[in-house]
Amino acid sequence: MKVHIPNSAFLGNIDPFLRSFDPSSPETLEITANDKWIAVHPIVLSMIAALGLTIKGDNILCEKFEAKSKHYLARMGLFEFLKVPSGINFVEHESAGRFIPLTQIRTSDELTRFITEMIPLLHLEPEPSKTIGYIVSELARNVIEHAETEHGAVLCAQYYKKSNSIRIGIADTGVGIKETINRSHAAPTDLDAIRLALWPGITGTTRREGGTEQNAGAGLFFIKSIASVNRDFFVIYSGRGFYKLLKRPAGSRIRLHADPFEDRHSKETDLPAWRGTIVGADITLDQTAEFSSLLDAVGNTYQAAVRDRVKARFKKARFI
Amino acid sequence: MKQISIFEKAGAFAENKDVARDIRTREIFPTLANGEEIVLDFEQVDAATQSFIHALISDVLRRLGNDALDRIAFKSCNDTVKKVINIVIGYMQEGMGAGGPEG
Repeated sequence: MKVHIPNSAFLGNIDPFLRSFDPSSPETLEITANDKWIAVHPIVLSMIAALGLTIKGDNILCEKFEAKSKHYLARMGLFEFLKVPSGINFVEHESAGRFIPLTQIRTSDELTRFITEMIPLLHLEPEPSKTIGYIVSELARNVIEHAETEHGAVLCAQYYKKSNSIRIGIADTGVGIKETINRSHAAPTDLDAIRLALWPGITGTTRREGGTEQNAGAGLFFIKSIASVNRDFFVIYSGRGFYKLLKRPAGSRIRLHADPFEDRHSKETDLPAWRGTIVGADITLDQTAEFSSLLDAVGNTYQAAVRDRVKARFKKARFI
Repeated sequence: MKQISIFEKAGAFAENKDVARDIRTREIFPTLANGEEIVLDFEQVDAATQSFIHALISDVLRRLGNDALDRIAFKSCNDTVKKVINIVIGYMQEGMGAGGPEG
C-alpha cells in the first residue's frame, strides 16, 4: 500500500488524497509526504495509523519527512503508532486544550475510559463537550460492534483556534459497511450501503423496524444531523464508496433528511478500495446548536422515516 | 417500587451499551416480571446517547408492549436526556404499530 501525505487535506478537499491512496500489496505500507508543508485533517492520520496496525514486522517504509510541520505528525503520535523512528526531537507540550493524539480503542470499556479521560482534555464548554462525546461514542461503538477487526478503532482529534472548531477522524480496517448492511438489506455497491447506513433506523443486524435490543441503526444519522445543523462537513468512506455532507449555505433553513442523498452532498463510487470504514467530522464550536434543540429535529425526522417505511409495507386493497 | 441510579452504573455521560444491557436484563425485566414498578433515576446524568437509551428500554417495549411505560418512570432527567428517551420511545412505538408486545 502507498500513502502520500499532501500539502493540505481537510474534509473540504480530501478527495484527491483519497484518490491517491494505493491499496495494492497490503502486506507493505509506504508513506511519503510533501516536503514543504503538511497540514492535514485528523482523518488522514487515523487512516495511516489504522493501516500501520495491519502491517507485520518492519514492512512499513516511511521516508524521512522534510516538511517543517513534521513535528505535528510526531506530536499526534503517528510515528510511535507505526513503530518507525521519526528522527524528530521535540519538546512534549501539555496536550490539554488542543488535541487528542492517535488512540486505539478495541473494547467497550476502553471507549468509556477514553470518553471520561480524554474528552475533558479538550477543555470545551459543556454543550460542545457533550456533542464531541456523543460523536466519539457512537462512531467508536460502531467499530467495536460491527467492524469485526482485532485492531478496533483508531481516532484522533484536533482543536483549531482560528476556526474555533474540533476536527475528528476515526478509521478501522474491518469488514466495511457493505458487508454488514448486506446481512439484512440489499446494497449492491459500497455507496448504496453507505446511503442505507446513514438512513435512520436501518441497521445491518436486522430488517425489523426498531432494530434489535442492542442496535437501532441511528448512530450515523445522528452524527450527520449534528454536522448538518451546525453547517459542518461530514465524510464517510468505505470500500470504494465515499459520501461527503457539504456545508449548508449560511442563512438556509435547517431541514434534516432521512435520505442522505437529499442533503447537499458529493459522492464517489470508484475510489481506491478501503478495507474498513473511515469517518471524519468537523464541529464548529461557536455555532454548535444547543444539543437539545437538535434532538427535536432528529426525533421528528426519525419518526417520519419509520412511519414512511411502515406505510410502504402496507398492503393495498384489491378492487376488482 | 425499585429505583436504579443510572449515574452510579453508567456515569455522567451514559453511553456504554453493555451497561445498559445489564440494567435491562438484570434490573428492569426481573422487576417488571415481578409485577413491580421501576424508577430509572437520571440524577447527575448530563447526557445519554440514543444507543444507550435504545439498549436500555427498546426490548422492554418490544416484548411487553407500550403498557410497560405505565410501570417505568424516568426520574430527574434533564432536557437532553428527556428528548433522547422520547426519540427512542417514539420510533419504537411507531415501528410497533399498535403498541402491543410482539408475539
